[in-house]
Amino acid sequence: MSLFKHITEKPWERPGVIGGPDPETAFDAAPERVALVIFLVVASVIFSLLTVSYYVRMELPDWTPLSEPAQLWLNTGLLFVSSVLFQWARNLVTDDQQKYLMAAFVGAGVFAVLFIVGQLAAWNSLQSAGHFVASNPATSFFYLLTGLHALHLLGGLWVWSKSLIRLLSGCEVQDLRLSIELCTLYWHFLLIVWLVMFAILSNT
Amino acid sequence: MSYVPLADQAQELHHPQSWVTRYVWSQDHKVIAIQYGGTAILVGIVALVLSLLMRMQLGFPESFDLIDPSSYYQAVTMHGMIMVIYLLTALFLGGFGNYLIPLMCGARDMVFPFLNMLSYWVYLLSVLILMASFFVPGGPTGGGWTLYPPQVSMAGTPGSDWGIVLMLLSLAVFIVAFTMGGLNYVTTILQARCRGLTMMRLPLTVWGIFIATILGLFAFPALLVAAIMMLLDTLLGTSFFMPAIIESGSPLDYNGGSPILFQHLFWFFGHPEVYIVALPAFGLVSDVLSTHARKNIFGYRMMVWAIIAIGGLSFVVWAHHMYVSGMNPYFGFFFATTTLIIAVPTALKVYNWVLTLWEGDIRMNVPMYFAIGFIFTFIHGGLTGLFLGNVVIDMPLSDTYFVVAHFHMVMGVSPVLVLFAALYHWYPLVSGRMYHEGLAKAHFWFTFLGTYAIYLPMHYLGFLGVPRRYYALGSTDFIPASAQDLNAAITIAALIVGAAQLLFFINIFWSLKHGKKAGSNPWGSASLEWQTPDTPPIHGNWGDELPTVYRWPYDYSVPGAHADFIPQNTPESEEPTADEQHFDPDHDPSMADL
Repeated sequence: MSLFKHITEKPWERPGVIGGPDPETAFDAAPERVALVIFLVVASVIFSLLTVSYYVRMELPDWTPLSEPAQLWLNTGLLFVSSVLFQWARNLVTDDQQKYLMAAFVGAGVFAVLFIVGQLAAWNSLQSAGHFVASNPATSFFYLLTGLHALHLLGGLWVWSKSLIRLLSGCEVQDLRLSIELCTLYWHFLLIVWLVMFAILSNT
Repeated sequence: MSYVPLADQAQELHHPQSWVTRYVWSQDHKVIAIQYGGTAILVGIVALVLSLLMRMQLGFPESFDLIDPSSYYQAVTMHGMIMVIYLLTALFLGGFGNYLIPLMCGARDMVFPFLNMLSYWVYLLSVLILMASFFVPGGPTGGGWTLYPPQVSMAGTPGSDWGIVLMLLSLAVFIVAFTMGGLNYVTTILQARCRGLTMMRLPLTVWGIFIATILGLFAFPALLVAAIMMLLDTLLGTSFFMPAIIESGSPLDYNGGSPILFQHLFWFFGHPEVYIVALPAFGLVSDVLSTHARKNIFGYRMMVWAIIAIGGLSFVVWAHHMYVSGMNPYFGFFFATTTLIIAVPTALKVYNWVLTLWEGDIRMNVPMYFAIGFIFTFIHGGLTGLFLGNVVIDMPLSDTYFVVAHFHMVMGVSPVLVLFAALYHWYPLVSGRMYHEGLAKAHFWFTFLGTYAIYLPMHYLGFLGVPRRYYALGSTDFIPASAQDLNAAITIAALIVGAAQLLFFINIFWSLKHGKKAGSNPWGSASLEWQTPDTPPIHGNWGDELPTVYRWPYDYSVPGAHADFIPQNTPESEEPTADEQHFDPDHDPSMADL
């Protein structure tokens, strides 16, 4: 049922069971998926507000553009590979193929960890060049945006690690299907967020 | 893989094994609701005491040595923040949302019970962090509940070192708790309704909580972003909001930050926050009015649409809090227009409440007293909002007691009256007992008349130009001496209203043991939460089988029906006869004490 399909319904006129024998749900999806999508909207609001704040703040005269480290290109590649591997894992579990599932799922998480290590390396190189968090609003935003993005990724890795433990302990693959699907969705979202942020940081 | 609807799944409930898992680490939505409610009310008492201390200072500035200017500002700040966030938001959504959503949706529990439990404990952590600020060096922040930079971080402001850090940290933790709870509320309403319960058969309580939760999920991120950036300004010396500024003759390390940016972020959260509090109140009061008027809610569909419209519009009115902040005046025109537009669906709801009462078979039970009281205070608070929404009228009234009177009437007194209406209405369901009618009515009259005695004169003080936030007025040419007499009278009224709240606490605790047994449905309510096999509902709510819903929740005094209410889960073929289910006020257990 579409959420607002019956918004013009006159409920006082129709006694009896509406909608047939099934219970009422707004979406034909697991509650975990619905909750994750809502959470992604919330996270989008956070990053959107940070982006607006970034543009407002950069109009002020003390803003000095930051030249981002080249390391970020490599990091982007790592996150992209992570996302692709998650998608591969998702496809495998959908087709009920277990042969490469472990490799794809483990690889996806490992590349995500490498991304975070790469981001830390980028922070390190910025600090070596004298760009500290309070040096300039541009650097402050750089640390803030990349830090919050990494924090979201760490949350995802926590869920990934729980699923990995279940996979390693011999859990039925189909029982992990939802977890793998949701991880994949989450990783794609974080890749898109990172691409948008990277584009903004690089072009301003 | 096709999805099996949640209500059809053999749901694995977390069954409590011990006293600790039943009452402390409980995953039962009803226990969590009581935990949320109890904590919110406790912290609300702290805020109430702070307000009385403020009133003592304002009413009798030369007579008491209770608080100094610093502690006055700390009391103002903590009172405001606690009341808005930690009491009202937590009690409406964490308390009533948790208790009523699964019951009104015909579900056994929230869809994520563990996350629900976590939500409460993280909320408690946020409260403890906030309360800790009373005990750190310098005490809590005194920068006002709006926490405006740069003032809040300057050395002259109380709590500018530890206090502000703990406040921001507490807010961030609260938002994490709210998000966990909010995801649960929305997903449960969307995905876990029982058979036959379409969205348009939901009680307005659920609609109000549903839309308020969505507002919270979209609005709290603005406060989170602002809190994180201000934390970085305070702790690491960044300049997101802090401008170049001189403190005690020495320039600080900050450079070029934008205080106005903070204000925009704060109020992008702050105005929807008004409706995060108001929408659940609108829903709850609608159900109370309908039940005790023995009449279906007038204009159910319009009420739903109005809730949605108010929710949407609440995101485009935020800058009416910033007319005097130096914002571009053309923005003021836009925000004044949107502010007047949001009054339309709000007024529509007021008309519908009044029309629900019109020719109803009104039972003047205690919840009805508070619900009707709410209509009065909300109209008064709403009308003064029309004054302040206009730029040219707001300019002279801004930062005066007129504003204090306005927002206390519209989002202080009004939601609190609904809270009491709802607490008295659902108390029999939660406790299985009736409260003492006489004590409850005395509580109402003291509270209702007392709040008018407090806030009506404040409008006049505002017209005189008496500024808010001042520790003492001193002597000025434009404030007559009689204004001080009025301040003293307001303080006396505030003390009486504050003391009268003891009647409420005495009543609910006394009645837990000594109140009359409530029975299964003492108000003759048609909505689902009163149709559980046990009162109070036990773990799992519904026994072996989930209910099926056949009708909307407002089938009161249906023409041709023998009984004056038909429960939602009653099929047409089984509509009760007068003998079986007539609600007889003469045998109303709530009247038994009289």
